[in-house]
Amino acid sequence: MQGATKQPIAVVIILYAFLIAVAITCLLPFYSMFITSTHANSDIARRLLLIPGDQFMANYERLIDTVNIWRGFLNTVFITVTATAINLYFAALGGYGFSKYQFRFKGFLFLFVLGTMMIPGQLGIIGFYKLMDAFHMLNTYWPLILPSIYNAFGIFLMKQFADSSVPTEIIESGRIDGSGELAIFHRIVLPLMGPAMATLGIFAFIGKWNDFLNPMIILFDNELQTLPVMIASVKSQFSSDFGAQYVGIVISVVPILIFFSFMSKRIISGVAAGAVKG
Amino acid sequence: MNTKVNKSYYGYFFIAPFFVGFTVFGLVPILYTLYLSFMKWDGFTDPVYVGLANYSRLLQDSFFYQTIGNTLIIWILSIVPQLILALLLALILNEKFVRGKHFFRAVYFFPHIVTPVTLGVMFSLLFDWQTGSVNKLLMSVGILQEPFNWFNSPLWSRIIVALVTCWQYFGFNMIVFIAGLQAIPETVYEAAEVDGATRTQIALKITLPLLRPVFLFTFITSVIGGLQLFDSALMLGAGPENSTRTMVMYLYETAFKNFDYSYGSAVAFGIFAVVMFFTAVTARASKLKE
Repeated sequence: MQGATKQPIAVVIILYAFLIAVAITCLLPFYSMFITSTHANSDIARRLLLIPGDQFMANYERLIDTVNIWRGFLNTVFITVTATAINLYFAALGGYGFSKYQFRFKGFLFLFVLGTMMIPGQLGIIGFYKLMDAFHMLNTYWPLILPSIYNAFGIFLMKQFADSSVPTEIIESGRIDGSGELAIFHRIVLPLMGPAMATLGIFAFIGKWNDFLNPMIILFDNELQTLPVMIASVKSQFSSDFGAQYVGIVISVVPILIFFSFMSKRIISGVAAGAVKG
Repeated sequence: MNTKVNKSYYGYFFIAPFFVGFTVFGLVPILYTLYLSFMKWDGFTDPVYVGLANYSRLLQDSFFYQTIGNTLIIWILSIVPQLILALLLALILNEKFVRGKHFFRAVYFFPHIVTPVTLGVMFSLLFDWQTGSVNKLLMSVGILQEPFNWFNSPLWSRIIVALVTCWQYFGFNMIVFIAGLQAIPETVYEAAEVDGATRTQIALKITLPLLRPVFLFTFITSVIGGLQLFDSALMLGAGPENSTRTMVMYLYETAFKNFDYSYGSAVAFGIFAVVMFFTAVTARASKLKE
């Protein structure tokens, strides 16, 4: 299987043709989206567009006259960065706790943490909404940020990493120096957990960036709204203005494209590592 | 060593935030939803206890059954091509002679990290019957004579929702399969080659059986994820004759569009039961094959 033998040329050509065909299928919708966003509505309706036009700015002006999409972008950046930071800190805290301390019911509690991953996300959504209403937190960012405190997958990943890469001796030596337990975690352990936090951070970031249902039900003010919800509202507000809709999608995709082109190796190896462990 | 034993109870402080966070933002909302599902409540007046009324209404709600059917059909339409494509690509990209592995992997994976809402809007635009590029393309190469209204046909609407899902997940599954393939030790293949096994025999008798745990992982995650299909499906709409309204769309519309929180809560637990049922069936089916 592992091709020590030479491949017949026809097989090689067929395989590459297949790989390239799938790659084109992946990229074509994005290409079409970019091209179409640069044309006027009359052209979009009339013919197949294959080369860029010059109407991007006109479409863009109509879009931002109604929808403050950059505000949505900044809101999403703020929520995502804050939530990811909280997520990472508490996942490292919990993972380290499960890895380095021997306490009663540890095995059971860890299984419980893993079990919470099986709960479908929408099960408690109505109760969540009502609870946030009772806390007077509707139309604020708290309900979108605070739940990042609990992340079962993050604790799992961090425990695995602490088990293998944080030596117990280093914690012992911290104690001999007279440091408190939390100080040991902050000064010695947290810096050591960098690689695992990078992997988890990417997942947490992408997940939060794409979050849709929660902000849609929690936030009412357009000024507070996140990018995915704004994209959804562009679709209904500009139902006949296709050029503006296409520009909205371009604004949503381009930051992800830039992020991915820098991080693709790391993201893909993170997914692979997560899958093998899971 | 003494210090280590004495400090052990500190572990509770480190793991406490998870349990506090889960209780407040996870467990209490679920229990509150359960409580609401036994109530009659419009959101303004006080809730009134009605016992199992919401659940008996749910059991007779043909609309709910339709959304279960829609979700399952869309899930099957997307999972079958998705896994076949992911496996084929993983096997090809695991071959040593293939160049540009990282490029291909990155391109296939990219749709997975794009916001699902954006993908939904994008496909609704591409398949728009008057202005979409798909009709224009098919007409210019002569497959279609006149524009075809995709979202007027229940079957095509479902296929398009499934297509978005397939397109979004096949790259992710491919990465998982590649990781599984690379976990198979080289020596297994070498032994098979020494024994004179053909490539097809190796693929069917060694690679696929050894990939079983990975298949199970993908299958279960895709049951749980696929049955909760929402973001992209909502952007593509409920479809003709409600053919693409998914279970979670029904939950969202009941609770947050019609403000029927108590019945919505029953719908949420109904969805939970359906997801658990199909997860159990999947796990069971894969055990029976042993």
